[in-house]
Amino acid sequence: MRVMVIVKANAQTEAGTLPSEEILTAMGRFNEELARAGVLLAAEGLHPSAKGARVRFAGGHSTVIDGPFIETRELVGGFWLWQVRSIEEAVEWLRRSPFRNSNEELEIRRVFDAEDFGPALTPELLAQQQRRAERIDRN
Amino acid sequence: MMSSVAMTATDVQRTVEAVWRIEAAKLIAGLARFTRDVGAAEELAQDALLTALEQWPKSGVPDNPGAWLMATARNRGIDQLRRRRMLSRKHETLASELEMEQQMSGGRIEASADDEIGDDLLRLIFTACHPLLPTEARTALTLRVLAGLTTAEIARAFLVPEPTIAQRIVRAKRTLRDAQVPFEIPRGEELRRRLSSVLEVIYLLFNEGYAATAGGDWMRPALCEEALRIGRILAGLAPEEPEVHGLVALMEIQASRLRARSGPDGEPVLLLEQNRALWDRVLMHRGLLALARGESLGETRGPYLLQAGIAACHARAASAADTDWILITALYDELARLIPSPVIELNRAVAVSMAYGAAAGLELADRLAADGALESYHLLPSVRGDLLAKLGRHTEARTEFERAAQLTQNLRESRLLRDRAAACARAAAT
Repeated sequence: MRVMVIVKANAQTEAGTLPSEEILTAMGRFNEELARAGVLLAAEGLHPSAKGARVRFAGGHSTVIDGPFIETRELVGGFWLWQVRSIEEAVEWLRRSPFRNSNEELEIRRVFDAEDFGPALTPELLAQQQRRAERIDRN
Repeated sequence: MMSSVAMTATDVQRTVEAVWRIEAAKLIAGLARFTRDVGAAEELAQDALLTALEQWPKSGVPDNPGAWLMATARNRGIDQLRRRRMLSRKHETLASELEMEQQMSGGRIEASADDEIGDDLLRLIFTACHPLLPTEARTALTLRVLAGLTTAEIARAFLVPEPTIAQRIVRAKRTLRDAQVPFEIPRGEELRRRLSSVLEVIYLLFNEGYAATAGGDWMRPALCEEALRIGRILAGLAPEEPEVHGLVALMEIQASRLRARSGPDGEPVLLLEQNRALWDRVLMHRGLLALARGESLGETRGPYLLQAGIAACHARAASAADTDWILITALYDELARLIPSPVIELNRAVAVSMAYGAAAGLELADRLAADGALESYHLLPSVRGDLLAKLGRHTEARTEFERAAQLTQNLRESRLLRDRAAACARAAAT
């Protein structure tokens, strides 16, 4: 299965402060370990929200709101995509990460995969089923 | 020292399983360096696993679970050697056993240098995939020692009874022990042969999962994942081997299509008819990177790189119409020279027809039919029927489709082929 591991933003990341040499090296080494284990699929850091924007839709209109956004604790600072056998395995990897000595909180979310899709779940499959049902009704 | 939240027995069990998933291969590989016997190493590792399951619920999960397992396994190994020595009637210690005991007691408890672990893992991969072992033994043993799967999980993956898998693994270990297969990385010409065996095992595992229909047991797509993981590990350990990158590239790109391969009823959807929006771009990107890496090593491309190259042509095309059939044909030309096989030749015929027209492709398909090699393979008349229809030779096309319909076991496919035969009959009549 695949998981997304979400690293939350904090005051430093929102200020655009680059992490220390020490942290960058440690993270680099950890990513190498993940890659060597065949687990790492993707790893990306996000710029501070000041460089981003939000688009809000309502009643057919769209409004663009430029960053920064104030709820730092809920902002995404970066993410990984990992291939693991279980959520517990992802947890164990995090316990081996540079975060183990930090005060950070990370979130692990399961990614929808091919095997999660039973016949009724995707929009296109739903549409196909509908068409078949109509054909049956007509006959 | 340990996770601060009190864990239930189930939590600990699941954590131990997760730790096992991460550590098993390294643990067994490291132990095998001392025991020089993969079977013995695996058994010591299993003992350590059982001890963890007993102790961690009470003592908590250790800070460095891998080191804990290794220390526990080594201690058990030392105990066993000492006990054997005491019980031996000869009262002589084999020099090798004493050396082994000393090696196990000495040395660091901490993890060895990355290079050492890497080498041990390579040794383990080569041993588990040894050509001495029958194929089904290699795949079972590989899943056991490299992926850390239980016998039950392996049995489910291959849809065979558990005792069958257990037997295969027992026999595999015994064969390796009896033949005194050395725990080493092969060199020179031997390396080529042994590597080929490893790649074959990994791709077999991948195909076992890939060929399964949707809606099956959860282990089937998971097999693709295990194979991919082992492939990636190998690519990290042997980065100078182009065919390893080729195999990884091929698997990543094929895996990128998993969601598009099955229709709503679980029926297979042909590549050219797949909804490309469902192709996984993360995996595709990784596949293309791996392909580039393999090709950058500059050697003559082997079969996996060539097949990956063909898969990449499809991956790069935004739609079926954008496919670079000329490049695909060139790759099939090279592949057919390397592996003269009628099935590859048939695929080449299809590629040629897409790149250079139906007549050119039909020439190759006719030659295959004349050879008689694919007499009971329904895809040959199916391809010939398609090409004949494109050339307006509807009566002949109809005959081919009817023959193909008879040759296939698959009801759905048979019906499709009969439909095409009927369409040709109508076209011939006008």
